[in-house]
Amino acid sequence: MRNYVIRRLLLLILVLWGVTLVTFVLMHVVPGDPAKVLLGKLSGNEALVTKLQHQLGLDKPLVVQYFEFVKGVLRGNLGNSYKFKASVMSLILERMPATIKLTFGALIIGLLVGLSSGIISAVRRYSIWDTFSMIFAFIGVSMPVFWLAMLLQLLFAVKLGWFHVSGFEGLRDLVLPSVTLGLIYSASIARMTRSSILEVIRMDYVRTARAKGAPERIVIFRHVFRNALIPVVTLIGMQFGGLLTGAALTETVFQIPGVGKLLINSTLDLDYPMIQGGVIFVAIIFVLINLFVDILYAYLDPTIRYD
Amino acid sequence: MATVQGKDKELLAAESEVEARQTSMIADIWHRLKKHRLAMAGLVIIIVLILTAVFASVIAPYSYRDQNLDNALLSPSRDHLFGTDQFGRDLFSRIIYGSRISIAVAFLPVIVSVGIGVLLGAISGYFGGWRDLLIMRLADIMFAFPSLLFAIAIIFAIGRGILSLFIALALVDWAGDARLIRGQVLSIRSKEYIEAARAIGMSDRRIIMRHILPNCLAPIIVTVSMSIPGVILTEAALSFIGLGVQPPTPSWGAILNDGQRFIGNAPWMAFFPGAAIFLTVLAYNFLGDGLRDAMDPFLKN
Repeated sequence: MRNYVIRRLLLLILVLWGVTLVTFVLMHVVPGDPAKVLLGKLSGNEALVTKLQHQLGLDKPLVVQYFEFVKGVLRGNLGNSYKFKASVMSLILERMPATIKLTFGALIIGLLVGLSSGIISAVRRYSIWDTFSMIFAFIGVSMPVFWLAMLLQLLFAVKLGWFHVSGFEGLRDLVLPSVTLGLIYSASIARMTRSSILEVIRMDYVRTARAKGAPERIVIFRHVFRNALIPVVTLIGMQFGGLLTGAALTETVFQIPGVGKLLINSTLDLDYPMIQGGVIFVAIIFVLINLFVDILYAYLDPTIRYD
Repeated sequence: MATVQGKDKELLAAESEVEARQTSMIADIWHRLKKHRLAMAGLVIIIVLILTAVFASVIAPYSYRDQNLDNALLSPSRDHLFGTDQFGRDLFSRIIYGSRISIAVAFLPVIVSVGIGVLLGAISGYFGGWRDLLIMRLADIMFAFPSLLFAIAIIFAIGRGILSLFIALALVDWAGDARLIRGQVLSIRSKEYIEAARAIGMSDRRIIMRHILPNCLAPIIVTVSMSIPGVILTEAALSFIGLGVQPPTPSWGAILNDGQRFIGNAPWMAFFPGAAIFLTVLAYNFLGDGLRDAMDPFLKN
């Protein structure tokens, strides 16, 4: 176990280095000179362009630029946004709370709905509940999150007027976005929970528990769930990337000032330090969460050996 | 010399047997797939969609690009089944034409992406060693980027347009496929027939092409069918945020983008294109699910 964690941490360093390299390479094949893009109409003025290139460090060799960039990342400095004229890091951190609240709300709704629907359909297999839950799961994995967002917005905000159509003033404005994202998220959790429980329920130790006369409730809760939920934990980690991108799209529909909306807007503004910094930031968070989930998994399932 | 020739003949016989087994495998899968009602429903929807894409110009009652501001934002009616958009364009026609993008996206980028995944996965699993290490660490790095984010970065880097969109979609998802195929190849590689092929001096390339990949066919088909829904949703999301298909070419995601701006006064602009995406993805999910069930016996070796 300790060796496994150490190996994962070494891999983490490699992956993080890879993330900076890939992002840097991608951002430096941008067609068109960022200095010219920034200057807009003034880009004809060679002197101005050269001056700005110098200011932005774009006249240095790429290798030097890369090292300075990595040095910055290590210090938590992701550069400055062209559009906002402020540090990328502070802009992201400013918008983190909204995204965290949304993701957290969605996670709770997703787990509640997904686990209960998956459990019911596995325990009452082939019942009407099972069919219902399977249809729900199919719908959830097939529906574009931004479309569901618009449908809910249309029904509950535009028609019924229960919520603000968009904007973010209080926690009330997080209800529709969290439900949207949570419902989409719950579909894959429900499917995974169902198949995982059905697999465990066939195990010998479950038969043994039943044979020794344990009440069904105990068998299900103590013997089946504990083992069946382990793969679900990994799924939660794997789906986290989907949750983050889903959050970005949901933020866009509901006009929530979160990290995702910031990044999406920056792509349209050609704010390339913002994109570069944002991509690295999100990738790092994603890698760390996956590492955490994998270690949790190793801890939860002692039968897995990692050597 | 004679023995070598004899062995070659045996090998040829074995190869034609592999082919015979493959046709019977496909027949077998089709036989089981036919009984899967949801999969058949999905297949029908997909066929209708393909026909719609091919005959779009015949089916669509209006042009997808001619603007007529007098007809802007009309609600659904006999003349305009799905209503019109802010430029007075017929939404039904735009959605019909939008099926072309949807079909193209479902196949071209997925084939390239799975191709990359299969190739790298096979090299990784078959040769092992430094190639395996390199490819798998590269896959680890790819896994660090949520797919939509990586697609955004690629499009940002190479510029917007339909080609960039396809490139982005093709490059985003290969890592998972590579891992899956690598696992398959690892288990096939230790089989006796591979050892036999090696013993008679078959080249690595030939072994991979003739013996390893044909035996990975079932997981490859399942991978393709499972990749399609995700790619369609990613395309829709990219077009929705304005990084995908550029106007006036109609893409369902891009129409939804307009729909979002007019959600208060023209809700049909948000409803119909979203329903089209949803139905399409649902159809591929149904078919994919059925395929996975039908191929179950071939996946478990």
